[in-house]
Amino acid sequence: MVLVLAIGDLNIPHRAPDLPPKFKSMLVPGKIQHIICTGNLCIKEVHDYFKTLCPDLHITRGEYDEDSRYPENKTLTIGQFKLGICHGHQVIPWGDLDSLAMVQRQLDVDILVTGHTHQFKAYKHEGGVVINPGSATGAYSSFTYDVNPSFVLMDIDGLRVVVYVYELIDGEVKVDKIDFKKTATAPSAH
Amino acid sequence: MLNGTEDEEKWLAEGIAGIQHNAFYMHRALDSNNLREALKYSAQMLSELRTSKLSPHKYYELYMRAFDELKRLELFFKDDSKHGVSVVDLYELVQHAGNILPRLYLLCTVGSIYIKSKEAPAKEVLKDLVEMCRGVQHPIRGLFLRSYLAQISRDKLPDIGSEYEGDADTVMDAVDFVLQNFTEMNKLWVRMQHQGPGGVREKREKERSELQDLVGKNLHVLSQIEGVDLEMYKETVLPRVLEQVVNCKDDLAQYYLMDCIIQVFPDEYHLQTLETLLGACPQLQPTVDVKTVLSRLMDRLSNYAASSADVLPEFLQVEAFSKLSNAIGKVIEAQLDMPAVGAITLYVSLLTFTLRVHPDRLDHVDQVLGACVKKLSNIPKLEDSRAMKQVVALLSAPLEKYNDIVTALTLSNYPRVMDHLDIGTNKLMAMVIIQSIMKNNSCISTADKVEVLFKLIKGLIKDIDGADVDELEEEDFKEEQNSVARLIHMLYNDEPEEMLKIICIVRKHTMVGGPKRLPFTVSSLVFSALRLLRQLQGQEGDIVGEEASMTPNKIFQLLTQAANGCDIEHVAYEFFTQAFLLYEEEIADSKAQVTAIHLIIGTLQRMNVFGVENRDTLTHKATGYSARLLKKADQCRAVYACSHLFWVDDQDGIKDGERVLLCLKRALRIANAAQQMANVARGSGGPVSLFVEILNKYIYFFEKGNKQITSSAIQGLIELINTEMQSDSTNPDSVADAFLASTLRYIQFQKQKGGVMGEKFESIKL
Repeated sequence: MVLVLAIGDLNIPHRAPDLPPKFKSMLVPGKIQHIICTGNLCIKEVHDYFKTLCPDLHITRGEYDEDSRYPENKTLTIGQFKLGICHGHQVIPWGDLDSLAMVQRQLDVDILVTGHTHQFKAYKHEGGVVINPGSATGAYSSFTYDVNPSFVLMDIDGLRVVVYVYELIDGEVKVDKIDFKKTATAPSAH
Repeated sequence: MLNGTEDEEKWLAEGIAGIQHNAFYMHRALDSNNLREALKYSAQMLSELRTSKLSPHKYYELYMRAFDELKRLELFFKDDSKHGVSVVDLYELVQHAGNILPRLYLLCTVGSIYIKSKEAPAKEVLKDLVEMCRGVQHPIRGLFLRSYLAQISRDKLPDIGSEYEGDADTVMDAVDFVLQNFTEMNKLWVRMQHQGPGGVREKREKERSELQDLVGKNLHVLSQIEGVDLEMYKETVLPRVLEQVVNCKDDLAQYYLMDCIIQVFPDEYHLQTLETLLGACPQLQPTVDVKTVLSRLMDRLSNYAASSADVLPEFLQVEAFSKLSNAIGKVIEAQLDMPAVGAITLYVSLLTFTLRVHPDRLDHVDQVLGACVKKLSNIPKLEDSRAMKQVVALLSAPLEKYNDIVTALTLSNYPRVMDHLDIGTNKLMAMVIIQSIMKNNSCISTADKVEVLFKLIKGLIKDIDGADVDELEEEDFKEEQNSVARLIHMLYNDEPEEMLKIICIVRKHTMVGGPKRLPFTVSSLVFSALRLLRQLQGQEGDIVGEEASMTPNKIFQLLTQAANGCDIEHVAYEFFTQAFLLYEEEIADSKAQVTAIHLIIGTLQRMNVFGVENRDTLTHKATGYSARLLKKADQCRAVYACSHLFWVDDQDGIKDGERVLLCLKRALRIANAAQQMANVARGSGGPVSLFVEILNKYIYFFEKGNKQITSSAIQGLIELINTEMQSDSTNPDSVADAFLASTLRYIQFQKQKGGVMGEKFESIKL
């Protein structure tokens, strides 16, 4: 069992002061093996904070990130899965599932983690699974009026990945989960 | 000096040898029950203590040797079967010793047995002994002698419940005895100060402090006497001790004894005698460090208050706060040259006290702060860093206690204290305040509180006269400003009217921050405003159009955000125009340009507020800039992104198939050009990938039903890609290979779907 935290679009300090306290108390060091961050942290303090949670940190660049050295996209292998990360402001139309599918094909990954829209999404298509962990701070977004803070925790076990999404709705943390299974050729959901 | 120490060692050695020598013979006498001999040799032994050559430290060593021997002697004296003399007679006999010091040591030893025998009331023996000791007026010798007396009498005091209590003996007698011994010992101790040559004051003070516990022990004994209850403490013990303390007029003694009283007696007693105790303070010598005494008293009482909630009413009943407050005021007034750090430390102790005892009395807290302000006002410029630290401690205490900045903001004197800090410390304190807010997740929700808050943190918001902004390291400055940016989000009210007031106040304060600060703070402000705008739905604000000299990138980003949030056509159009202008004139970095173009395209693609003409103009501009990016690969990608500008999936969205195809073809041309350049330059990264990307776009629009995109076009493109890949077989691009493979897989997948989609894709021959 490998735990991967997918998180992003915090937009600290421009749009939000900090992670919600309820999230902060849940994210403790030593429990997570990898962190995948879609981008738009935006300042070094947030980067350092993530490092304390887990040293294996992968970040891609969001359009407001202070550190311009983050890559535009990144791929990595965890267990049986190939994962790709891309913030998503480069993929037009923004949030368009088919265009994101193209990126997934281009990076040749089973799971694409992307952000920018501040809306949680997890769905499968022919080429794989796309996951958007939403905004961890519930930051203002031009996409939607209704931004609940959210992040995703993936449990990768063999050919199976369970995606847990944590959302802060009306002050309470709600959890949901989705199962994905990878066959020899492509993943399928149930 | 070294000689002196060497000599002392020699004398000590001689003294010890003397004691041992006489002790040997004394033991022989004891063994043979020879009282006369025992007395003779014990007196000789004790004569060694008559020396005046030793420092207290060394004298103590000598004394301890003698002390051990006296114990054995006492045992012998007790057993009258051995020597056959009654204790009464013995008491008389020892007074024949030649010199007074040995005589008195022996007398005390016998006296101890006398009391134990109960042949006379304890009080009489004790009285006799304490008076007789007056015969030794040499400070060191006298102190040790009386210390011996205190030691051996300790378990024989007529305390309540002790065996020595009787009709003739009461607790009062015990108390009287100890008090008298204490008084005499203090007098001796003080006398030391005036002895000897005048030049060695420091040495004398050191020697005195070595002896302080001998004097203090008496107070300890008093505190242990069962019969000394609050009543007796209040009526007898404390007044008499204080009388001696004040009258001795010696600053060393006064400081030590005041502190000793505070440490040794119970806190409840202090509470009930607060007025008396505090009343002594102004009567002490001006050189006594009264503030430390008071601070320690307050700290003790604070801890007492914290120990249990039951004791709190007592504090209120005795009006502890006002008494302490007055006492401090008097002390500070009396000691005009007290350094600032001393006065402020006192206030810190008083503040801690009031926060512990009655935290709900904000007026008390404000009062302490006010007193501090008064003191600080009398100092032209506070430069002592320790004093500064204390002021920071003073200001931090309410924050920590209340966990809620809002409470601190109601203290009228709080900002006044801050005004007296130097600029560096002021900023430090401002950061402490912000951190407190962040840590406690506090929300400041009224405009007037926000106003007060910004006054407090003004050191961070703008340049203060005399401050040198350049001095601050870049990292620290960034951290400062980011903190302010985050703070802005903590200022919030659901009520739109109040929120607007808050935003206006924040804007007023941040706008004077200057070009260095605005890049950090304006973003937060704008987003705060945008949130409000959303709430107000459709009312525009002209908050974004500020003449702020921020980084172009920042402004650009804000403009696109604002455009998106705006549903008034001409205003949105204006935002875009400004954005394009800025892009052309200010955004020079090629990487920044790519991001900027994506922002424009992405934003424009989602907007449906524009009429045909306006939209056309904007898309034309966007496509133009896309084609003129620095690198061919970037050009290609931006141009095919523009294709989406002509096709929006909404019901009444634009669906111009032709112009989509035109865009894609343009992208192809650019990709071709890039390919040719690569062939010339050799090894330039993956233009083949570009073709595959464009292929994917063809498929995208084909799927969406763009009639202009035919299956043969797609097939042609696939063939083109295959050709390119084969011709480049010396330099295989595995990434592009995999990409093509997955694309083809997708086509297959769609074919197998069946239905309308399957039919459509059927026409693509692979």
